[in-house]
Amino acid sequence: MTAMLNVKDLRAYYGQVQALHGLSFALNEGSLTTLLGANGAGKTTTLRAICNMVRSTGAIEFEGKSLSGRSTENVVRLGIAHVPQGRGTFTTMTVEENLQLGAITRSDSKNIVSDIERMYAHFPVLKERHTQQAGTLSGGEQQMLAVARALMLRPRLMLLDEPSFGLAPLIVRDLFKILGKINREDKVTILVVEQNAQLALELADQAYVIETGKIVMSGNAKEIASNEDVRKSYLGY
Amino acid sequence: MELLTNQVLAGVATGAIYACMALAVVMIYQAIDHLNFAQGEMAMFSTFISWQLMQWGIPYWWAFLATLIISFAGGILIERVLFKPLAKAPVLTNVAGFIALFAIVNSIAGLIWDFTIKQYPTPFGSSPFLGSQLISTHQAGMIGVTLLMLIGLYLFFQFTRIGLAMRAAAALPESARLVGVNTSWMIALGWGMASAIGAVAGILIAPVVFLEPNMMGGVLVYGFAAAVLGGLSSPLGAVIGGFLVGVFENLAGTYIPGVGNELKLPIALALIITVLVFKPAGLFGRAIVKRV
Repeated sequence: MTAMLNVKDLRAYYGQVQALHGLSFALNEGSLTTLLGANGAGKTTTLRAICNMVRSTGAIEFEGKSLSGRSTENVVRLGIAHVPQGRGTFTTMTVEENLQLGAITRSDSKNIVSDIERMYAHFPVLKERHTQQAGTLSGGEQQMLAVARALMLRPRLMLLDEPSFGLAPLIVRDLFKILGKINREDKVTILVVEQNAQLALELADQAYVIETGKIVMSGNAKEIASNEDVRKSYLGY
Repeated sequence: MELLTNQVLAGVATGAIYACMALAVVMIYQAIDHLNFAQGEMAMFSTFISWQLMQWGIPYWWAFLATLIISFAGGILIERVLFKPLAKAPVLTNVAGFIALFAIVNSIAGLIWDFTIKQYPTPFGSSPFLGSQLISTHQAGMIGVTLLMLIGLYLFFQFTRIGLAMRAAAALPESARLVGVNTSWMIALGWGMASAIGAVAGILIAPVVFLEPNMMGGVLVYGFAAAVLGGLSSPLGAVIGGFLVGVFENLAGTYIPGVGNELKLPIALALIITVLVFKPAGLFGRAIVKRV
Protein backbone atom coordinates (compact mmCIF):
# COMPACT_ATOMS: atom_id res chain seq x y z
CA MET A 1 0.00 0.00 0.00
CA THR A 2 1.38 3.39 -0.91
CA ALA A 3 1.28 6.06 1.69
CA MET A 4 -0.96 9.10 1.40
CA LEU A 5 1.64 11.40 2.88
CA ASN A 6 5.29 10.58 2.57
CA VAL A 7 7.87 12.65 4.40
CA LYS A 8 11.53 11.94 3.70
CA ASP A 9 14.62 13.46 5.31
CA LEU A 10 12.80 16.59 6.40
CA ARG A 11 15.03 19.32 7.80
CA ALA A 12 13.61 22.64 8.96
CA TYR A 13 15.24 25.86 10.02
CA TYR A 14 14.27 28.94 12.02
CA GLY A 15 16.89 31.41 10.84
CA GLN A 16 20.20 29.74 11.66
CA VAL A 17 18.69 27.26 14.06
CA GLN A 18 17.91 23.81 12.73
CA ALA A 19 14.77 22.39 14.31
CA LEU A 20 14.29 19.14 12.38
CA HIS A 21 17.21 16.83 11.61
CA GLY A 22 16.21 14.51 8.81
CA LEU A 23 12.76 13.36 9.79
CA SER A 24 11.03 10.61 7.81
CA PHE A 25 7.58 9.13 8.24
CA ALA A 26 4.54 8.09 6.26
CA LEU A 27 0.78 8.21 6.77
CA ASN A 28 -1.54 5.62 5.29
CA GLU A 29 -4.82 6.73 3.84
CA GLY A 30 -7.59 6.55 6.40
CA SER A 31 -5.24 6.22 9.33
CA LEU A 32 -5.29 8.19 12.53
CA THR A 33 -1.71 8.83 13.47
CA THR A 34 -0.26 10.67 16.40
CA LEU A 35 3.07 12.40 16.61
CA LEU A 36 4.31 12.47 20.19
CA GLY A 37 7.22 14.13 21.91
CA ALA A 38 8.29 16.56 24.59
CA ASN A 39 8.25 20.35 24.38
CA GLY A 40 10.59 21.59 21.67
CA ALA A 41 11.00 18.18 20.06
CA GLY A 42 9.83 19.56 16.70
CA LYS A 43 6.21 18.41 16.52
CA THR A 44 4.73 21.76 15.61
CA THR A 45 7.60 22.43 13.22
CA THR A 46 6.84 19.18 11.40
CA LEU A 47 3.25 20.26 10.79
CA ARG A 48 4.36 23.74 9.77
CA ALA A 49 6.89 22.26 7.35
CA ILE A 50 4.18 20.18 5.66
CA CYS A 51 2.25 23.40 4.98
CA ASN A 52 5.38 25.30 3.98
CA MET A 53 5.14 27.77 6.83
CA VAL A 54 8.77 27.30 7.78
CA ARG A 55 11.93 27.02 5.67
CA SER A 56 12.68 23.36 5.09
CA THR A 57 14.47 20.88 2.86
CA GLY A 58 13.67 17.26 2.08
CA ALA A 59 10.84 15.62 0.20
CA ILE A 60 7.17 15.77 1.17
CA GLU A 61 4.72 14.02 -1.11
CA PHE A 62 0.96 14.11 -0.76
CA GLU A 63 -0.97 11.64 -2.94
CA GLY A 64 1.97 11.53 -5.30
CA LYS A 65 2.36 15.31 -5.59
CA SER A 66 5.39 17.07 -4.21
CA LEU A 67 4.58 19.82 -1.73
CA SER A 68 7.90 21.61 -1.84
CA GLY A 69 7.79 25.05 -3.41
CA ARG A 70 4.02 25.34 -2.99
CA SER A 71 2.66 28.27 -1.02
CA THR A 72 0.72 27.49 2.14
CA GLU A 73 -2.60 28.30 0.49
CA ASN A 74 -1.81 25.97 -2.41
CA VAL A 75 -0.97 23.12 -0.04
CA VAL A 76 -4.33 23.71 1.64
CA ARG A 77 -6.08 23.66 -1.73
CA LEU A 78 -4.82 20.10 -2.27
CA GLY A 79 -7.05 19.06 0.62
CA ILE A 80 -4.80 19.39 3.65
CA ALA A 81 -6.49 21.17 6.53
CA HIS A 82 -4.27 22.41 9.33
CA VAL A 83 -5.66 23.30 12.74
CA PRO A 84 -2.81 25.34 14.17
CA GLN A 85 -1.63 25.69 17.71
CA GLY A 86 -3.71 28.39 19.36
CA ARG A 87 -6.55 27.40 16.99
CA GLY A 88 -6.25 30.36 14.61
CA THR A 89 -9.82 31.46 15.29
CA PHE A 90 -10.97 34.62 13.53
CA THR A 91 -12.07 36.11 16.83
CA THR A 92 -13.75 39.25 15.49
CA MET A 93 -15.93 37.30 13.09
CA THR A 94 -19.02 35.28 13.85
CA VAL A 95 -18.98 31.53 14.29
CA GLU A 96 -20.77 31.10 10.98
CA GLU A 97 -18.31 33.35 9.16
CA ASN A 98 -15.47 31.24 10.54
CA LEU A 99 -17.11 28.16 9.06
CA GLN A 100 -17.64 29.90 5.73
CA LEU A 101 -13.98 30.83 5.70
CA GLY A 102 -13.12 27.17 6.06
CA ALA A 103 -14.84 26.58 2.74
CA ILE A 104 -13.48 29.69 1.05
CA THR A 105 -11.62 27.67 -1.60
CA ARG A 106 -14.71 25.68 -2.58
CA SER A 107 -17.11 26.77 -5.30
CA ASP A 108 -19.99 24.37 -4.60
CA SER A 109 -22.09 26.85 -2.63
CA LYS A 110 -25.07 24.49 -2.14
CA ASN A 111 -22.94 21.85 -0.47
CA ILE A 112 -21.31 24.49 1.70
CA VAL A 113 -24.67 25.32 3.25
CA SER A 114 -25.39 21.67 3.97
CA ASP A 115 -21.85 21.16 5.30
CA ILE A 116 -22.36 23.99 7.76
CA GLU A 117 -25.50 22.20 8.94
CA ARG A 118 -23.48 18.99 9.26
CA MET A 119 -20.94 20.80 11.45
CA TYR A 120 -23.76 22.06 13.63
CA ALA A 121 -24.88 18.46 13.99
CA HIS A 122 -21.36 17.39 15.01
CA PHE A 123 -21.03 20.35 17.39
CA PRO A 124 -24.46 21.51 18.58
CA VAL A 125 -22.93 24.24 20.73
CA LEU A 126 -21.73 26.00 17.58
CA LYS A 127 -25.26 26.16 16.25
CA GLU A 128 -26.46 27.81 19.44
CA ARG A 129 -23.77 30.46 19.02
CA HIS A 130 -23.62 30.80 15.26
CA THR A 131 -24.16 34.59 15.25
CA GLN A 132 -21.81 35.21 18.15
CA GLN A 133 -18.31 36.60 17.72
CA ALA A 134 -15.95 33.63 17.79
CA GLY A 135 -13.74 35.41 20.34
CA THR A 136 -16.51 35.14 22.92
CA LEU A 137 -16.49 31.33 22.83
CA SER A 138 -14.78 29.31 25.55
CA GLY A 139 -11.51 27.53 24.81
CA GLY A 140 -13.21 24.20 24.20
CA GLU A 141 -15.83 25.73 21.94
CA GLN A 142 -13.11 27.52 19.99
CA GLN A 143 -11.25 24.26 19.52
CA MET A 144 -14.44 22.65 18.21
CA LEU A 145 -14.90 25.62 15.90
CA ALA A 146 -11.32 25.19 14.67
CA VAL A 147 -11.93 21.52 13.89
CA ALA A 148 -15.23 22.32 12.21
CA ARG A 149 -13.60 25.09 10.19
CA ALA A 150 -10.92 22.67 9.01
CA LEU A 151 -13.56 20.10 8.04
CA MET A 152 -15.37 22.70 5.93
CA LEU A 153 -12.52 22.32 3.46
CA ARG A 154 -13.66 18.71 2.95
CA PRO A 155 -10.05 17.75 3.56
CA ARG A 156 -8.40 14.49 2.62
CA LEU A 157 -5.91 14.97 5.42
CA MET A 158 -6.30 16.91 8.63
CA LEU A 159 -3.35 18.08 10.71
CA LEU A 160 -4.08 18.99 14.32
CA ASP A 161 -1.60 20.76 16.52
CA GLU A 162 -2.22 19.98 20.19
CA PRO A 163 -5.98 20.09 20.19
CA SER A 164 -6.02 19.30 23.91
CA PHE A 165 -4.02 22.39 24.84
CA GLY A 166 -5.65 24.39 27.63
CA LEU A 167 -8.82 22.31 27.73
CA ALA A 168 -10.47 20.53 30.65
CA PRO A 169 -9.94 16.73 30.56
CA LEU A 170 -13.63 16.01 29.99
CA ILE A 171 -13.77 18.33 27.01
CA VAL A 172 -10.61 16.76 25.60
CA ARG A 173 -12.28 13.33 25.76
CA ASP A 174 -15.32 14.64 23.89
CA LEU A 175 -13.15 16.26 21.27
CA PHE A 176 -11.09 13.11 20.73
CA LYS A 177 -14.25 11.07 20.40
CA ILE A 178 -15.41 13.39 17.65
CA LEU A 179 -12.02 13.16 15.93
CA GLY A 180 -12.29 9.37 15.92
CA LYS A 181 -15.76 9.61 14.45
CA ILE A 182 -14.61 11.99 11.72
CA ASN A 183 -11.76 9.63 10.89
CA ARG A 184 -14.05 6.61 10.61
CA GLU A 185 -17.19 8.11 9.09
CA ASP A 186 -15.90 10.91 6.90
CA LYS A 187 -12.77 8.97 5.89
CA VAL A 188 -10.49 11.84 6.78
CA THR A 189 -6.90 10.84 7.42
CA ILE A 190 -5.72 12.53 10.60
CA LEU A 191 -2.31 13.41 11.97
CA VAL A 192 -2.53 14.74 15.50
CA VAL A 193 0.37 16.21 17.42
CA GLU A 194 0.01 15.80 21.14
CA GLN A 195 1.73 16.24 24.46
CA ASN A 196 -1.02 14.31 26.14
CA ALA A 197 0.48 10.99 25.03
CA GLN A 198 -1.80 8.70 26.99
CA LEU A 199 -4.96 10.04 25.47
CA ALA A 200 -3.50 10.34 21.98
CA LEU A 201 -2.35 6.70 22.03
CA GLU A 202 -5.84 5.56 23.02
CA LEU A 203 -7.25 7.37 20.02
CA ALA A 204 -4.66 6.66 17.36
CA ASP A 205 -3.82 3.54 15.42
CA GLN A 206 -0.30 4.60 14.44
CA ALA A 207 2.21 6.55 16.48
CA TYR A 208 5.54 8.23 15.98
CA VAL A 209 7.71 9.52 18.78
CA ILE A 210 9.93 12.45 18.00
CA GLU A 211 12.90 13.74 19.99
CA THR A 212 15.08 16.74 19.13
CA GLY A 213 13.99 16.77 15.53
CA LYS A 214 14.26 13.06 14.81
CA ILE A 215 11.88 10.10 14.83
CA VAL A 216 13.06 7.78 17.60
CA MET A 217 10.21 5.30 17.66
CA SER A 218 7.33 4.31 15.48
CA GLY A 219 4.69 1.63 15.33
CA ASN A 220 1.27 0.52 16.35
CA ALA A 221 -0.24 2.84 18.94
CA LYS A 222 -1.35 0.01 21.24
CA GLU A 223 2.11 -1.53 21.26
CA ILE A 224 3.81 1.74 22.01
CA ALA A 225 1.34 2.41 24.79
CA SER A 226 2.02 -0.98 26.34
CA ASN A 227 5.81 -0.74 26.11
CA GLU A 228 6.81 0.45 29.54
CA ASP A 229 10.37 1.44 28.60
CA VAL A 230 9.15 3.67 25.82
CA ARG A 231 6.53 5.20 28.03
CA LYS A 232 9.01 6.02 30.74
CA SER A 233 11.83 7.33 28.60
CA TYR A 234 9.90 9.30 25.98
CA LEU A 235 6.35 9.86 27.04
CA GLY A 236 6.76 10.51 30.73
CA TYR A 237 3.84 8.65 32.23
CA MET B 1 -28.75 79.17 14.38
CA GLU B 2 -28.70 79.17 10.59
CA LEU B 3 -24.96 79.79 10.66
CA LEU B 4 -24.51 76.75 12.90
CA THR B 5 -26.61 74.45 10.71
CA ASN B 6 -24.84 75.78 7.66
CA GLN B 7 -21.42 75.11 9.14
CA VAL B 8 -22.36 71.64 10.34
CA LEU B 9 -23.71 70.63 6.93
CA ALA B 10 -20.69 72.08 5.14
CA GLY B 11 -18.56 70.14 7.64
CA VAL B 12 -20.41 66.93 6.84
CA ALA B 13 -19.75 67.54 3.14
CA THR B 14 -15.98 67.99 3.50
CA GLY B 15 -16.08 65.33 6.23
CA ALA B 16 -17.30 62.90 3.57
CA ILE B 17 -14.06 63.47 1.69
CA TYR B 18 -11.97 63.04 4.84
CA ALA B 19 -13.91 59.86 5.53
CA CYS B 20 -12.96 58.50 2.10
CA MET B 21 -9.29 59.33 2.60
CA ALA B 22 -9.30 57.91 6.14
CA LEU B 23 -10.95 54.75 4.90
CA ALA B 24 -8.37 54.35 2.13
CA VAL B 25 -5.55 54.83 4.64
CA VAL B 26 -7.09 52.35 7.08
CA MET B 27 -7.64 49.72 4.40
CA ILE B 28 -3.96 49.71 3.52
CA TYR B 29 -2.95 49.99 7.18
CA GLN B 30 -5.02 46.91 8.00
CA ALA B 31 -3.43 44.98 5.18
CA ILE B 32 0.24 45.86 5.65
CA ASP B 33 0.50 47.77 8.97
CA HIS B 34 1.91 50.90 7.36
CA LEU B 35 0.45 54.35 6.76
CA ASN B 36 0.32 55.23 3.09
CA PHE B 37 1.70 58.79 2.99
CA ALA B 38 1.18 58.81 -0.76
CA GLN B 39 -2.58 58.13 -0.56
CA GLY B 40 -3.35 61.79 -1.25
CA GLU B 41 -0.97 61.97 -4.20
CA MET B 42 -2.47 58.82 -5.70
CA ALA B 43 -5.92 60.41 -5.36
CA MET B 44 -4.62 63.61 -6.96
CA PHE B 45 -3.18 61.65 -9.87
CA SER B 46 -6.50 59.85 -10.35
CA THR B 47 -8.29 63.19 -10.37
CA PHE B 48 -5.94 64.43 -13.09
CA ILE B 49 -6.67 61.31 -15.12
CA SER B 50 -10.40 62.00 -14.91
CA TRP B 51 -9.78 65.63 -15.87
CA GLN B 52 -7.71 64.53 -18.85
CA LEU B 53 -10.44 62.14 -19.96
CA MET B 54 -12.96 64.95 -19.78
CA GLN B 55 -10.60 67.21 -21.75
CA TRP B 56 -10.69 64.55 -24.44
CA GLY B 57 -14.44 64.91 -24.55
CA ILE B 58 -15.57 61.99 -22.44
CA PRO B 59 -18.70 62.85 -20.38
CA TYR B 60 -18.30 63.32 -16.61
CA TRP B 61 -19.77 60.07 -15.34
CA TRP B 62 -18.02 57.92 -17.93
CA ALA B 63 -14.75 59.63 -17.04
CA PHE B 64 -15.57 59.03 -13.36
CA LEU B 65 -16.15 55.33 -13.95
CA ALA B 66 -13.09 54.91 -16.16
CA THR B 67 -10.97 56.68 -13.54
CA LEU B 68 -12.16 54.31 -10.83
CA ILE B 69 -11.14 51.33 -12.95
CA ILE B 70 -7.78 52.83 -13.89
CA SER B 71 -7.10 53.79 -10.25
CA PHE B 72 -8.02 50.30 -9.08
CA ALA B 73 -5.59 48.75 -11.55
CA GLY B 74 -2.97 51.36 -10.70
CA GLY B 75 -3.24 50.63 -6.97
CA ILE B 76 -2.71 46.93 -7.64
CA LEU B 77 0.25 47.72 -9.88
CA ILE B 78 1.90 49.92 -7.23
CA GLU B 79 1.51 47.14 -4.66
CA ARG B 80 2.90 44.45 -6.95
CA VAL B 81 5.85 46.49 -8.15
CA LEU B 82 6.84 48.55 -5.13
CA PHE B 83 5.40 47.22 -1.87
CA LYS B 84 5.17 43.47 -2.36
CA PRO B 85 8.98 43.26 -2.51
CA LEU B 86 9.09 45.37 0.68
CA ALA B 87 6.67 43.14 2.59
CA LYS B 88 9.32 41.76 4.94
CA ALA B 89 11.49 44.90 4.99
CA PRO B 90 11.85 47.00 8.16
CA VAL B 91 9.41 49.82 8.90
CA LEU B 92 11.80 52.58 7.82
CA THR B 93 12.37 50.97 4.43
CA ASN B 94 8.63 51.01 3.91
CA VAL B 95 8.40 54.63 5.04
CA ALA B 96 11.10 55.50 2.51
CA GLY B 97 9.06 53.65 -0.12
CA PHE B 98 5.97 55.70 0.66
CA ILE B 99 7.89 58.96 0.56
CA ALA B 100 9.44 57.95 -2.76
CA LEU B 101 6.00 57.14 -4.12
CA PHE B 102 4.74 60.50 -2.86
CA ALA B 103 7.53 62.40 -4.59
CA ILE B 104 7.35 60.40 -7.81
CA VAL B 105 3.59 60.71 -8.25
CA ASN B 106 3.68 64.41 -7.39
CA SER B 107 6.44 65.23 -9.88
CA ILE B 108 4.99 63.11 -12.66
CA ALA B 109 1.67 64.93 -12.28
CA GLY B 110 3.55 68.24 -12.41
CA LEU B 111 5.49 67.11 -15.43
CA ILE B 112 2.44 66.02 -17.41
CA TRP B 113 -0.13 68.61 -16.34
CA ASP B 114 2.12 71.37 -14.85
CA PHE B 115 1.54 73.13 -11.53
CA THR B 116 -0.96 75.78 -12.57
CA ILE B 117 -4.31 75.66 -10.81
CA LYS B 118 -7.15 74.29 -12.93
CA GLN B 119 -10.91 74.53 -12.68
CA TYR B 120 -12.64 71.19 -12.15
CA PRO B 121 -16.28 70.66 -13.15
CA THR B 122 -19.05 69.38 -10.94
CA PRO B 123 -22.01 67.47 -12.35
CA PHE B 124 -24.21 68.68 -9.50
CA GLY B 125 -23.89 72.42 -10.10
CA SER B 126 -23.45 74.82 -7.21
CA SER B 127 -26.92 76.23 -6.83
CA PRO B 128 -28.68 76.01 -3.45
CA PHE B 129 -29.75 72.44 -2.69
CA LEU B 130 -33.56 72.02 -2.74
CA GLY B 131 -33.92 75.80 -2.62
CA SER B 132 -32.22 76.01 0.76
CA GLN B 133 -29.28 78.31 1.34
CA LEU B 134 -27.81 75.89 3.85
CA ILE B 135 -25.97 73.64 1.45
CA SER B 136 -25.08 73.67 -2.23
CA THR B 137 -25.98 70.94 -4.69
CA HIS B 138 -22.33 70.01 -5.06
CA GLN B 139 -21.97 69.57 -1.30
CA ALA B 140 -25.10 67.43 -1.26
CA GLY B 141 -23.64 65.47 -4.15
CA MET B 142 -20.40 64.89 -2.23
CA ILE B 143 -22.34 63.49 0.71
CA GLY B 144 -24.62 61.42 -1.53
CA VAL B 145 -21.86 59.82 -3.63
CA THR B 146 -19.78 59.07 -0.53
CA LEU B 147 -22.70 57.45 1.28
CA LEU B 148 -23.52 55.32 -1.77
CA MET B 149 -19.92 54.17 -1.96
CA LEU B 150 -19.74 53.41 1.77
CA ILE B 151 -22.94 51.35 1.61
CA GLY B 152 -21.55 49.48 -1.39
CA LEU B 153 -18.30 48.75 0.45
CA TYR B 154 -20.17 47.61 3.54
CA LEU B 155 -22.26 45.18 1.50
CA PHE B 156 -19.16 43.94 -0.29
CA PHE B 157 -17.25 43.19 2.92
CA GLN B 158 -20.24 41.75 4.80
CA PHE B 159 -21.87 39.63 2.14
CA THR B 160 -19.39 38.50 -0.50
CA ARG B 161 -16.87 35.71 -0.25
CA ILE B 162 -14.03 37.88 -1.49
CA GLY B 163 -14.98 40.47 1.11
CA LEU B 164 -14.89 37.78 3.78
CA ALA B 165 -11.52 36.52 2.53
CA MET B 166 -10.14 40.08 2.56
CA ARG B 167 -11.30 40.61 6.12
CA ALA B 168 -9.74 37.30 7.14
CA ALA B 169 -6.44 38.16 5.45
CA ALA B 170 -6.32 41.51 7.22
CA ALA B 171 -7.27 40.09 10.62
CA LEU B 172 -5.05 36.99 10.76
CA PRO B 173 -2.90 36.44 7.68
CA GLU B 174 -1.52 33.10 8.81
CA SER B 175 -4.92 31.61 9.64
CA ALA B 176 -6.25 32.98 6.37
CA ARG B 177 -3.53 31.15 4.44
CA LEU B 178 -4.40 27.98 6.34
CA VAL B 179 -7.95 28.06 4.99
CA GLY B 180 -6.55 28.62 1.51
CA VAL B 181 -6.84 32.40 1.13
CA ASN B 182 -4.22 33.89 -1.16
CA THR B 183 -3.35 36.71 1.24
CA SER B 184 -0.84 38.30 -1.08
CA TRP B 185 -3.54 38.99 -3.67
CA MET B 186 -5.95 40.14 -0.99
CA ILE B 187 -3.40 42.84 -0.07
CA ALA B 188 -3.12 43.84 -3.72
CA LEU B 189 -6.91 43.99 -3.95
CA GLY B 190 -6.95 46.20 -0.84
CA TRP B 191 -4.52 48.58 -2.53
CA GLY B 192 -6.67 48.69 -5.63
CA MET B 193 -9.79 49.47 -3.62
CA ALA B 194 -8.04 52.09 -1.50
CA SER B 195 -6.75 53.73 -4.65
CA ALA B 196 -10.24 53.80 -6.18
CA ILE B 197 -11.76 55.20 -2.97
CA GLY B 198 -9.11 57.92 -3.01
CA ALA B 199 -10.02 58.68 -6.61
CA VAL B 200 -13.64 59.27 -5.59
CA ALA B 201 -12.46 61.64 -2.85
CA GLY B 202 -10.17 63.52 -5.22
CA ILE B 203 -12.81 63.91 -7.92
CA LEU B 204 -15.42 65.13 -5.43
CA ILE B 205 -13.17 67.65 -3.67
CA ALA B 206 -11.47 68.98 -6.81
CA PRO B 207 -14.20 71.56 -7.64
CA VAL B 208 -13.69 72.96 -4.11
CA VAL B 209 -9.90 73.01 -3.74
CA PHE B 210 -9.19 73.25 -7.50
CA LEU B 211 -7.03 70.85 -9.44
CA GLU B 212 -3.25 71.01 -9.00
CA PRO B 213 -0.55 68.53 -7.93
CA ASN B 214 -0.60 69.64 -4.28
CA MET B 215 -4.38 69.70 -3.91
CA MET B 216 -4.58 66.66 -1.60
CA GLY B 217 -1.87 67.66 0.91
CA GLY B 218 -4.22 69.28 3.39
CA VAL B 219 -6.99 66.79 2.72
CA LEU B 220 -4.73 63.86 3.56
CA VAL B 221 -3.69 65.45 6.88
CA TYR B 222 -7.38 65.65 7.78
CA GLY B 223 -7.77 62.10 6.54
CA PHE B 224 -4.99 60.96 8.87
CA ALA B 225 -6.58 62.91 11.72
CA ALA B 226 -9.88 61.17 10.99
CA ALA B 227 -8.24 57.73 10.85
CA VAL B 228 -6.43 58.30 14.14
CA LEU B 229 -9.56 59.71 15.77
CA GLY B 230 -11.72 56.80 14.67
CA GLY B 231 -9.02 54.22 15.24
CA LEU B 232 -6.64 52.82 12.67
CA SER B 233 -7.96 49.33 13.31
CA SER B 234 -11.55 50.23 12.52
CA PRO B 235 -12.81 51.09 9.01
CA LEU B 236 -16.16 52.20 10.44
CA GLY B 237 -14.33 54.33 13.00
CA ALA B 238 -12.30 55.97 10.25
CA VAL B 239 -15.48 56.92 8.39
CA ILE B 240 -17.14 58.34 11.49
CA GLY B 241 -13.87 60.07 12.34
CA GLY B 242 -13.90 61.68 8.90
CA PHE B 243 -17.32 63.23 9.40
CA LEU B 244 -16.45 64.34 12.96
CA VAL B 245 -13.23 66.00 11.82
CA GLY B 246 -15.05 67.77 8.98
CA VAL B 247 -17.69 69.21 11.33
CA PHE B 248 -15.17 70.00 14.07
CA GLU B 249 -12.88 71.80 11.65
CA ASN B 250 -15.70 74.01 10.40
CA LEU B 251 -17.09 74.81 13.83
CA ALA B 252 -13.65 75.64 15.20
CA GLY B 253 -12.95 77.87 12.21
CA THR B 254 -16.23 79.71 12.72
CA TYR B 255 -16.65 79.99 16.44
CA ILE B 256 -13.21 80.00 18.02
CA PRO B 257 -11.91 83.53 17.70
CA GLY B 258 -8.58 83.83 15.95
CA VAL B 259 -8.70 80.43 14.28
CA GLY B 260 -10.29 81.26 10.95
CA ASN B 261 -9.31 79.56 7.74
CA GLU B 262 -5.57 79.97 8.19
CA LEU B 263 -5.33 78.00 11.41
CA LYS B 264 -7.69 75.17 10.46
CA LEU B 265 -4.91 72.80 9.49
CA PRO B 266 -3.04 73.02 12.80
CA ILE B 267 -6.33 72.05 14.42
CA ALA B 268 -6.18 68.74 12.58
CA LEU B 269 -2.64 68.19 13.86
CA ALA B 270 -3.64 69.17 17.39
CA LEU B 271 -6.50 66.68 17.13
CA ILE B 272 -4.13 63.88 16.11
CA ILE B 273 -1.84 64.58 19.05
CA THR B 274 -4.68 64.90 21.54
CA VAL B 275 -6.21 61.61 20.47
CA LEU B 276 -2.85 59.83 20.57
CA VAL B 277 -2.23 61.10 24.11
CA PHE B 278 -5.64 60.35 25.60
CA LYS B 279 -7.03 57.51 23.51
CA PRO B 280 -4.24 55.93 21.47
CA ALA B 281 -6.50 53.29 19.95
CA GLY B 282 -8.97 55.94 18.75
CA LEU B 283 -12.67 56.16 19.48
CA PHE B 284 -13.61 52.86 17.84
CA GLY B 285 -10.30 51.04 17.56
CA ARG B 286 -9.30 48.12 19.69
CA ALA B 287 -6.07 48.26 21.64
CA ILE B 288 -3.89 45.47 20.32
CA VAL B 289 -3.37 43.11 23.22
CA LYS B 290 -1.16 40.14 22.63
CA ARG B 291 -1.16 37.14 24.89
CA VAL B 292 2.31 35.84 25.48
